[in-house]
Amino acid sequence: MLSEQDLFLLKEKANQIRILTLEAIGYLGVGHVGGCMSLVEVLTLLYYRHMQVDPQDPRKRDRDQLVLSKGHAGPTLYSILADKGFFPGEWLHTLNKGGTRLPSHCDRNLTPGIDMTTGSLGQGLSAAIGIALGNRLDGINSTVYAIIGDGESNEGQVWEAAQAAAQFKLNHLIVFTDSNRLQLDGFMNEVMNIEDLVAKWHSFGWFTQRVDGHDFKQMDEAVILAKGQEAKPSMIILDTIKGKGVAFAENQPANHNMKLDYATAQQVISMLQSGIGEEHE
Amino acid sequence: MSNQLEMRTVYNETLIELAEADERIVLLEADLMRATGTKPFSERFPARTVNVGVAEANMVCIAAGFSTTGKIPFANSFATFASRRVFDQFFISANYARLNVKLVGSDPGITAALNGGTHMAFEDLGIMRTIPGLVVFEPSDPVSLRKLVQCTAEHQGCSYMRLHRGMANILYEQDEQFELGKGKLLRTGKDIALIATGVVMVNEALKAAEMLAKDGIFASVVDMHTIKPIDRELIVQLAETCSVIVSCENHQVINGLGSAIAEVLVETLPVPMARIGVKDMFGEVGSFDYLIDRFELTAAHIVSQSRQLLLRK
Repeated sequence: MLSEQDLFLLKEKANQIRILTLEAIGYLGVGHVGGCMSLVEVLTLLYYRHMQVDPQDPRKRDRDQLVLSKGHAGPTLYSILADKGFFPGEWLHTLNKGGTRLPSHCDRNLTPGIDMTTGSLGQGLSAAIGIALGNRLDGINSTVYAIIGDGESNEGQVWEAAQAAAQFKLNHLIVFTDSNRLQLDGFMNEVMNIEDLVAKWHSFGWFTQRVDGHDFKQMDEAVILAKGQEAKPSMIILDTIKGKGVAFAENQPANHNMKLDYATAQQVISMLQSGIGEEHE
Repeated sequence: MSNQLEMRTVYNETLIELAEADERIVLLEADLMRATGTKPFSERFPARTVNVGVAEANMVCIAAGFSTTGKIPFANSFATFASRRVFDQFFISANYARLNVKLVGSDPGITAALNGGTHMAFEDLGIMRTIPGLVVFEPSDPVSLRKLVQCTAEHQGCSYMRLHRGMANILYEQDEQFELGKGKLLRTGKDIALIATGVVMVNEALKAAEMLAKDGIFASVVDMHTIKPIDRELIVQLAETCSVIVSCENHQVINGLGSAIAEVLVETLPVPMARIGVKDMFGEVGSFDYLIDRFELTAAHIVSQSRQLLLRK
């Protein structure tokens, strides 16, 4: 259970990660603002509360791993990895520039702390299954996390993987769906509806929960329940707001990959900085 | 015939040998274990066998994830599904991610026979050849199959192997040594070079060389088991000694062995060339004997093309 102090620190950390990410995107002037912002809380919870990782030894064999299958949310993860010391913070200002170690989509060969190369949607969950199977063969009980998008779940391969993880009883696999209800071309229920996600994953044999993806307490409890599973993989569907924290972009269909100039980014950052003060009081 | 062995049996035995010596070897299947002949492996190593059902895309990405944990996954399917169906999965999750996945496509080209056009891979070598850094090979006999599978297990990086499923003549001595990327000169002649790949076409090329010899035309025959990286040195050497080259493949003439050889020749020593292979056509159902004639891949076709080519010498 999260104490009030834990909760305060996680919220503060999430705000910091949101700011670092917007800075990086603002520095470049364009980026996947929507999907990056919707994942800030879950990634913060995982990396500052649950995952055993070592910035000094990013490929440590028994580490917990994360496959960010919606690879375009890489910048949020980069902010966390930089903050944890996997690489220097200055790297964040090289996002997507020629020769960078921080590409738009996650690349395990370029960025210390990235466990799997992703970006072609639909493939990451399968890769996470492979990692979990490799761990099982080696007697390693660490947790493999994966994050997929709700739009990504249009991909048929996601459902191939859904069958396999249940068949193989991968109880050390915990997957999140970032259900921000938007896909690139618009609202999911207008483009290609994927609901009822709970019924779908449950019927595929997964231990399935649905929580508020910006609420640390709900997510933390869901992860603890998922970790207690003995024979089933876990799906935690996160109800999120695409673009969360960037007031003018929240829930806007155009926020998938949008322009965000440096001055605007700084304005948003100022609001976020003052916002945390309010939450203190 | 006692000088023949079933290729899939040899493949399975080789995988078991490798797996006994190296616990990193794992096997992935997509509900074709009975066809690819790996049941014995799965019985010997049940924990190291993963059958994903009819889901090749999932299989290839699971293999990629597996390899991040240090395992050496061999993933099997028919050549059609291993190439056409999972190209992006193999491209991104395995190759672009610089991982170590050994993909195997069985029943190449006309050997799909009674499974027909849907199952007939005439383009898999071409598809695979476009992936940066990928090793692409097709063994021609049981001995080279065993040795080249050992080579690819040792190779750090992805590979694609075309696997002839059925019986194949033994062409090499048991102690013959092989290297990926180095073709084998099976027969030396000064008049024309027949460069072939795979069980069907290496055997047809050897027959064609016999037929040509009866007319006083002496052919070199090469088993070009590795299509990528192609053995540039050997190709240039053959262009120098024979002056004309015929490529022989159980595959489209587009972007396969013939294309790979032509690319080397135009950049080094352009010589007249003919390509034996499928000429921009889809596969179709039929017996092996029907199909080899239908797609003009027989020794007789090689001989006839060779004669025409020699007129250009």
